[in-house]
Amino acid sequence: MNELPQQLVNGLLLGSMYGLVAVGYTMVYGIVQLINFAHGEIFMTGGFGALTVWLILPGGTSMWVALPVMIIGAVIVATTIAVGAERFAYRPLRGGPRLAPLITAIGLSLALQYAVWVWYPEAKSARTFPQIPGGPIELGPVTIQTGDVFLLIAAPICMAVLAFFVMRTRVGRGMQATAQDPDTAKLMGVNTDRIIVIAFALGAAMAAVGAVAYGLKYGVVDYKMGFLLGLKAFTAAVLGGIGNIYGAMIGGVVLGVAETMATAYVSHIPGMEQLGGQSWADVWAFVLLIVVLLARPQGLLGERVADRA
Amino acid sequence: MLILTTAVTAGALTLTACGSRDDKGGEKGGSDGGNVTVTIGLDAPLTGELSALGLGIKNSADLAVKTANEKSYVKGVTFKLESLDDQAQPSAGQQNATKFVADKSVLGVVGPLNSSVAESMQKVFDDAKLVQVSPANTNPALSQGINWSSGDKKRTYKSYFRTATTDAIQGPFAAQYVFTEAKKTKAFIIDDKKTYGAGLAGTFKGEFEKLGGKVLGTEHINPDTKDFSAVATKVKSSGADVVYYGGEYPAAGPLAKQIKEAGAKVVVVGGDAIYSPEYVKLGGAAATNGDIATSVGAPIESLDSAKEFLANYKAKGYKEAYEAYGGYAYDSTWAIIEAVKKATEGNGGKAPERAAVVEAMQGVSFEGVTGKVSFDEFGDTTNKQLTVYKVEGGAFKPVKSDTFGG
Repeated sequence: MNELPQQLVNGLLLGSMYGLVAVGYTMVYGIVQLINFAHGEIFMTGGFGALTVWLILPGGTSMWVALPVMIIGAVIVATTIAVGAERFAYRPLRGGPRLAPLITAIGLSLALQYAVWVWYPEAKSARTFPQIPGGPIELGPVTIQTGDVFLLIAAPICMAVLAFFVMRTRVGRGMQATAQDPDTAKLMGVNTDRIIVIAFALGAAMAAVGAVAYGLKYGVVDYKMGFLLGLKAFTAAVLGGIGNIYGAMIGGVVLGVAETMATAYVSHIPGMEQLGGQSWADVWAFVLLIVVLLARPQGLLGERVADRA
Repeated sequence: MLILTTAVTAGALTLTACGSRDDKGGEKGGSDGGNVTVTIGLDAPLTGELSALGLGIKNSADLAVKTANEKSYVKGVTFKLESLDDQAQPSAGQQNATKFVADKSVLGVVGPLNSSVAESMQKVFDDAKLVQVSPANTNPALSQGINWSSGDKKRTYKSYFRTATTDAIQGPFAAQYVFTEAKKTKAFIIDDKKTYGAGLAGTFKGEFEKLGGKVLGTEHINPDTKDFSAVATKVKSSGADVVYYGGEYPAAGPLAKQIKEAGAKVVVVGGDAIYSPEYVKLGGAAATNGDIATSVGAPIESLDSAKEFLANYKAKGYKEAYEAYGGYAYDSTWAIIEAVKKATEGNGGKAPERAAVVEAMQGVSFEGVTGKVSFDEFGDTTNKQLTVYKVEGGAFKPVKSDTFGG
């Protein structure tokens, strides 16, 4: 059986999830030059937000009714935490040394993980997430799970909405202006504080949708799920060109496909048998990152603007 | 400044540690016929993904200690359980081991759960001649040395014992069942590269090929991720009819789910670390139906020797289930209690030296929850019983219990 089409779809799905989370890193970086290392945990709290909604809903609620409410719940929880983090952890440090908010972000990331671990009922081990009923869809050589259908639909919609928002609305143009030059934007009457809050909120909302997709795809959420995925999403953002929202999505997909291909095919190359396999996928993902950054330091779609120091 | 602070803190800590040691020493010396408190250490993952198993171990050890105290099983000795959390991390395990060694009242340690954690603790305990009894470690190298598979068995640490059967037996036992009874001949073997998982997968592969089975592919996964879709697709296209997974349930559940969803018509088989209700929960009852796990010993629910344990466990009202290793944890703790008893009697009723407890452990023999408990020349259990469990209706049910034929 030719497994290439299936592996490409696997990679695309994994990459779409990276992309949804990567957008949050890239927008915040593009506007305030802050790498929000707590973004992976904001993604995680989104997952628990959706789970909470499911647990509150009366038993036996159809997934078709529950899912939209769960997404709303996830978005509310994640954006609230992101906006709160911006207000109380990052804003007081704005204008301070560059390292200060970075350290805060790492601290916040651990604090969020352990807050869920301590206070969320039974979150000390993984919690099962409700599944979309129904069997997989067979398209020739490719099988797509019901949980993955959500991701396949949600990722492009989210991207389209975000692109429309950033490119076509007044607030979106304000974001672009702030990204290019916050001081001048302020002089032109842009409320930069508000723009920054909106960037955090949008990134968190996308991550929350990603978290729902994660729960549907893998059937579980746990307090550690944001760590590795956040790291990968950050890598995807850098790969695509940090600061560029299309770059984040493309970086995510490239990374996801690269990991999947590495798992599927590297061990078939003569002499590389030992370097294949899923446990090596991360290594190949980073090799790819280094190669891209050597050839194109600004990332695949990066612009000079994003590099403004 | 930093150095100064560190030095002062370290000094203060040392002083307090000395103080507590003196207290306990005084207690021992001054109360020959009276009450000596012996601490039994316990190390297991009490938080994190493997905490279900770890808490089962902790509760069962606690039950053993309480039972011994209630019965005044060792005259003049009150046992106390001191539990530390290793989060399934070798580094945390080693730190805990150092803590136990520093506390002079600790005369034995139960644990850990993971073979990789045990690896980091063994030397610390052995240097201090502190006896360690693991209820769950199954990697043969821990007791028989790293060259055990080539027949060159050598015991490295005299203070290490375990009540769980090793993978040298468990992997081949699974292979025999899969090949001769389940009639599966084409295997795909996956492991998580950890001491336990890789060891188990290796022994399964050896026996499976010896029996005439074909291994169509091998794969190593990173258990920290949850995306196994690429591996699942590989399994499907390989045409295997059985997947053997060497690793633990947090990764095994999602892995089984993704393999089945990819459309592979396989049975997933694993060792004692997937024998947990959590495996079915994580993989989904539908996806894991028919999957097989082997585990050490006989199912304790079926043993007469376990009736009292089960009743007492229920009576004490523990919040968490005893899980796969509860019976073994109880027996491990009880083995320490027996060894302390023997050593105390040999010491005229006074608290014995640690080395004397290690020596007494070698000769321990009693009827435990899981059957007869005694140790061979490597510190391994002499009880070689294993059981095959199959997922049916959302739970593991025992299908065959036997000793490995070789």
